[in-house]
Amino acid sequence: MPALIDFILAGQRVEKHAPWPRAVATPRTWSFAIEQLVEGHWSLLGLWGEPITVHMALLDENAKDIGVVSLECRDGRYPSVGRLHAPALRLERAAADLFGLLPQGAPDTRPWLDHGHWGVSYPLATRVRTSAPTASPYPFLPTEGESLHQIPVGPVHAGIIEPGHFRFTASGETVVRLEERLGYTHKGIEGLMAGSDIDRAGKLAGRISGDSTVAYSLAFARAVEAALGIQVPSRAVWLRALMAELERLANHLGDIGAICNDAAFAIMHAHCGALRERVLRASDAAFGHRLVRDLIVPGGVASELGEEGARAVRSVIAEIRQRFPHLIELYDNTASLQDRTVGTGRLNVQLARQYAAGGYVGRASGRDFDARRSPGYSPYDELNFEIAVLKEGDVNARVWIRIREVEQSLSLIEQILERLPGGPIRVDLAAADGPREGMALVEGFRGDILAWLRIGKGGLVERCHLRDPSWFQWPLLEAAIEGNIVADFPLCNKSFNCSYSGHDL
Amino acid sequence: MRKLLFESLIRPPLTERPPAASDTAVDELARALDGAAHKRLGRSLSIRAVDAGSCNGCELEMNALSNAFYDIERFGIRFVASPRHADVLLVTGPVTKNMREALKRTYDATPNPKWVVALGDCARNGGCFAGSYAVLRGVSEALPVDLHIPGCPPPPIEILKGLLALLEGVNSKSGPRS
Repeated sequence: MPALIDFILAGQRVEKHAPWPRAVATPRTWSFAIEQLVEGHWSLLGLWGEPITVHMALLDENAKDIGVVSLECRDGRYPSVGRLHAPALRLERAAADLFGLLPQGAPDTRPWLDHGHWGVSYPLATRVRTSAPTASPYPFLPTEGESLHQIPVGPVHAGIIEPGHFRFTASGETVVRLEERLGYTHKGIEGLMAGSDIDRAGKLAGRISGDSTVAYSLAFARAVEAALGIQVPSRAVWLRALMAELERLANHLGDIGAICNDAAFAIMHAHCGALRERVLRASDAAFGHRLVRDLIVPGGVASELGEEGARAVRSVIAEIRQRFPHLIELYDNTASLQDRTVGTGRLNVQLARQYAAGGYVGRASGRDFDARRSPGYSPYDELNFEIAVLKEGDVNARVWIRIREVEQSLSLIEQILERLPGGPIRVDLAAADGPREGMALVEGFRGDILAWLRIGKGGLVERCHLRDPSWFQWPLLEAAIEGNIVADFPLCNKSFNCSYSGHDL
Repeated sequence: MRKLLFESLIRPPLTERPPAASDTAVDELARALDGAAHKRLGRSLSIRAVDAGSCNGCELEMNALSNAFYDIERFGIRFVASPRHADVLLVTGPVTKNMREALKRTYDATPNPKWVVALGDCARNGGCFAGSYAVLRGVSEALPVDLHIPGCPPPPIEILKGLLALLEGVNSKSGPRS
């Protein structure tokens, strides 16, 4: 088995692709890459289309290498990755809907994002076809057996959450199969980005998933900077990390409370909700927006941290340091709550590894991966933090990973505030000459976000693809719920907390 | 747990004073609502949230309304699970074409009298998503909208102001809905 880097170098290397290499594959090397995925030597980081090309981002976890292979699709076809490596299935279905690229031999050719309402087919292909809206019924996978019944849920859910459809097949109380149908929030963001200037594309990137607006803006900005070869001032790099950790903190606090609430334990929800609100207010005081939206821009950050803002952040950290331990104790010592979370929604280690599941989903099932450490990016190489990993893979483990990450984020924020360098916070973007490509892998609160883009003529974004961690987590939720009772689904679902909007784009 | 509960008794509440209803929203509503609604609703308002393709930012801030700082239920405003129980549909997102049918069905399932509030900048006219093959230009392309609350996302206090305006609008006798 060659190292990923040697494999890429052996191919026809594409110029001006940074920071990791991209190579044009032949059908033979494409198949070889699939084999490596199947055997578990490499992991799939993403798969996306262009009008006549399909790209696949690969991760070699041992060598800590990343690379992209691209295959030209003659007559719009390419050998399916999903045929042998299931994590690619939905990505291939999405590329088929958007570009009309057909994965040959794919076991599942049902449309995924295209529900038949757009009025066009293959909207991002060179030749877009208009099509009459046809909402043909979606064929769910069959389930057979005695006394099975189906429960359709969604797309409009009974709560303040995003839309998606869940089709349960249950035997009595026990879930035999869950099948998800997503795509309801598809807004065509990649289509809007193509041909936009960098400013507008950046704003769109920050609106892919509202809870990860910082992480998305950061991934987009880093990809642009990689493409254009821009060095960001160090104060901006540190401020970005501060924003990212505040976002992580707020989301994890919200999630811990909400998971407990789904086990009918409201007091945790109330206390965590109050802490979350304090973090959002501190973010507002520090940067001028509760969710810190539109404040990370290519070239730096758009908001300076003043003395008052730093004080607000320090005070919220002190407050959480004081209150959070009591909540952990409450979580850990309440038998009725543990009864719901321990052993529920178990995701096994092999599946987490096969799907390269990011974030707390992967780390609660033994996958020791965090983009802040590997491939790593500044300033995390200068900060002390630990990455918690558990093997149990149940709801409880996903709660504990979040608890540990809250603690780590508190420490990271303290370190950042203490060592924040001075200087400018933004540099101007150099004008691009000809096509340049860049990519980035950024750890959001939910897991690693992949950004890939090409900047073309006039400095406009020619193609930008952003892959949410949920692409590899949603299918695992289907596996984790199997054999659990229907009533535990909200609990399992919340413990995964996958993004709908980030996935549907 | 006992300690936490006891502390809650002796610590001052986190809940903040209610904001004044948003003036512009009151004006907007005065035209939209009639006195009959007042008699039916009293001082309570049941809201069904429908995400019609938002980025989830508006949902986060809507959820925040239930935390101790805003405590939205003290105003008689509740989020309900079914459109059958709702007076108001609070709709977010530019309305994706994939969600249009579900949104319409939710509206049809809501009993009269009912109001539609569009929440967030993209719910007004599609915002930064306008022009995409996959979205409409805001909620008003799918449903009649009574009130719009701007922001990306609107902070909880702004949502609260808008909803209070809706309540006041319902409670003040104004001309019938044209």
